[in-house]
Amino acid sequence: MTDRQTVWEEMPKINRDLLSPLQTTTWTYYLWVGVLSCFVAAGAGAWTYQIQTGIGQTDLHHPIFWGSYIASFVYWIGVSHSGTFISGVLRLTNAEWRRPVTRMAELMTVVALLVTALFVFYHLGRVWRFYYLIPYPNQRELWPNFRSPLMWDATAIFTYATASTIYIYLPLIPDFALARDRIQGWRKTVYRWLAIGWHGSQAQWRTLEMAIRIITPLIVMVMISVHSIVGFDFSMALVPAWHSTIFAPYFVVGAVHSGLAMVMIGLYVLRKVYHLQNYVRTEHFEKLGKLLLVTTLLLAYMYFAEQLTIWYGKVPDHIAVQNSLLYGSYAVPFWFMVSCIYVIPLVTLVWPRFRQWPVGLMMVGLIINLGMYIERMLIIVPPLAHPRLSFQWDEYFPSMIELAILVGTLALALLLYSLAVKFVPVISIWEEKLGKKHAQEH
Amino acid sequence: MSQDPQATEEYSKKAASPYKWEMVVDLDRCSGCEACVVACHAENNIRISGEEEAAEGRAINWIRIERYWEGDYPNVKAKFLPVMCQHCDDAPCEPVCPVYASYHTPEGLNAQVYNRCIGVRYCGNNCPYVARQFNWFDPHWDEPLAEQLNPDVTVRSGGVMEKCTFCVQRIRSGKEAAHKEGRRVRDGEITPACVQSCPTSALIFGDRNDPDSRVSHLKKSRRGFHLMESLGTHPAVTYLRRLSE
Repeated sequence: MTDRQTVWEEMPKINRDLLSPLQTTTWTYYLWVGVLSCFVAAGAGAWTYQIQTGIGQTDLHHPIFWGSYIASFVYWIGVSHSGTFISGVLRLTNAEWRRPVTRMAELMTVVALLVTALFVFYHLGRVWRFYYLIPYPNQRELWPNFRSPLMWDATAIFTYATASTIYIYLPLIPDFALARDRIQGWRKTVYRWLAIGWHGSQAQWRTLEMAIRIITPLIVMVMISVHSIVGFDFSMALVPAWHSTIFAPYFVVGAVHSGLAMVMIGLYVLRKVYHLQNYVRTEHFEKLGKLLLVTTLLLAYMYFAEQLTIWYGKVPDHIAVQNSLLYGSYAVPFWFMVSCIYVIPLVTLVWPRFRQWPVGLMMVGLIINLGMYIERMLIIVPPLAHPRLSFQWDEYFPSMIELAILVGTLALALLLYSLAVKFVPVISIWEEKLGKKHAQEH
Repeated sequence: MSQDPQATEEYSKKAASPYKWEMVVDLDRCSGCEACVVACHAENNIRISGEEEAAEGRAINWIRIERYWEGDYPNVKAKFLPVMCQHCDDAPCEPVCPVYASYHTPEGLNAQVYNRCIGVRYCGNNCPYVARQFNWFDPHWDEPLAEQLNPDVTVRSGGVMEKCTFCVQRIRSGKEAAHKEGRRVRDGEITPACVQSCPTSALIFGDRNDPDSRVSHLKKSRRGFHLMESLGTHPAVTYLRRLSE
C-alpha cells in the first residue's frame, strides 16, 4: 500500500522535472543557439555561392560524380534510424527500459530526415529544376522515371518522413495536453491545437494505444525498406564493388549502428544538461551499450563476408577497389574507419564495467559516428575512382565549400534538435508514469 | 534472341527503324593523333577548359584517346584506345535517370535531353566506359572563339550531363537530304566530325541495317570486338583488334 502511495506522490515531480526544459531557459542556451545559427548562416552562404557559380565548387570531377553530399545523405538517413529502431523495436518487444529513451530518439529521426532531404538539393547540378523529380501533371505529359533507384529512394524517404512524423506525434498527444494545461501564453494555443481535444478518457487511451500498436510494426518495416533502398542506389549500379547483394542488409545494420551511437551521445548530453539522472540511469546506458555491441558484431560480420568474397575472387575490377582501401591511396581512412566502428567498440563494450560508464559510452558513440561517416565516404568514392578503364583512375577529397556546407548542415541539425527540446518533452511523460505504475504492480 | 515475347517485340521495334547507326574503330590504324578530339570540340560546341580545370579533371571530351603503356623499358609500346559513348543497345545509363533525360532513340542512338537533365549524375556513375561528361560550370569561350559556335548544336549550361551524340545534327541533315530525293541515306554520306577528320581513317561510320555498308562488312571481321562485351551492354561501337597481336 505504501508503495502505491509513493508512486502517486512521484507524479507531480515527474511533471515538474520533464516539463521544466519547456518552461525555463538559461543564457547558455541562447548562446548555444546563437553560435549554431552563425554556423548555419555560413553553410547557407556556401550553398548560395555554389548555386550561383556552379556545382564545380565541389571537388567532384569525372569519373567521381558522387561524393560528400551523397555520403552525408546516407549517413544522415542512418542517424534517422536511431529513433525508429529504438522506439519501434523496443516497443514491439515490450522492453520496459525503453521508456525514457524513445522520445529523444524519435526526435532525432525527424530532425535527421529533414537534414537528409537537404543533401539531395545540395547535390543536384541544376537544383532550380528539382521539381522534375516530382510526379505532377504537366503539359508535356512527362513523368519521372520509376525505374530509377533514385525515384524509389525519393518515394521511400517521403514515406518514412510522413510515417515517422505520425509515429512521433501519436505518443505526444497526451504530453501536449499536459503542456496545454500547465503552460500559459501563446504557446498554450499551439499546444491546444496539437493536443486535438485530449482529455484522457478511457476511450481516448484505448484508441491511442491501438493506434500506436498498429503503427509500430509498420514503421519498423518502413525503416528497414528505406535503408535497403538507399543501399539499392549503389548496388543497382554496374560500378565495381557497388554491385553486391549484401548492400541492402549491410546498409540497414550500418544505419542502426550509427543511429544507436548517436542516441548514446544525445542521451548523455540531455541527461547532463537537464539533470535527468533520475530518469536516464546507468541501466539505460548499459542496455544501449549491449545493443551497440550486437550491431558492431553484425556489421563486422557482414563487412568481412563482403571483403573476403572480393579478396578471394580476385576479379580485377573489384580487387582494384579493395587494394586501394587495404594499402592504396585510401588506406589511412580505411584503417582508421575499421578501428572506429569495429575495433574500438568491440574492445570497450565487451567489458561489463565499461558499459556502466556513461562518459565512456558517449565517447564510443562519438567515435562510431566519426567512423561511420568515413565509412559512407569510402563506400562511395573508391569504387567511383577506379572505373574499369584504368586510364580514368582518379582521387577525391571534399573542397572547402563542401566542408562548409557539411558543417553548416550539422549545425542545422543540432539547432533544430535544440529548438525541439524546448517545445517537446524529451522524455515521454505519460509513458514514464505508466512505467512507474507497472513497476509498482509487479 | 530472347524467348520473352515482349522483349522480342521490343527488339523488332528497334529493328524496324530504317537506320541503325554504327561506328567501327580500327585500332590498327589509330596513331593517337587526337585530331578527332579537336574536331569534336569544334563541331559540338564543347566547352573549353583551361590548364587548371583540366588538371582538376574537369576537361570535357566526348571522344578521348586513352593511352596505355605495354612492356618494360626499353621495350615499351604505347597503345591507343579511342573511347566515346558506345551508344549501347542496353545502356546502363538509361534506366537510372530519374527524369528520362537519358533515353534511346529508335535509330539506336543513346540521346541526352539537356533541357530535362537536372544533374543527379547517376548516369555518369553507371556508364562503364566513363563516356559521360558533366558541365561543372557554365561554359565560356574566349573571343573570338565564341564566334565559331556551331548553330546546329545546343550550348549546354552548367549542371547538365552531356556526351557523344554520333553528331546527331549531321545524321539529321543527311537524312533530310536523302528524304527530299526520296531515297535512303547512302553509305559514307553521313560522317561525324571525328570520322571526317581522322587522317588514318581509323574511324568508320554507317548504317548497320544496310548489309552492304562498310560498317556492316567490318563488323563481321574476325578482328572485331566490343569494349567490355561481358557486361552485356550491346554497344553500337565495334573495335577492330591490332594486326600485330
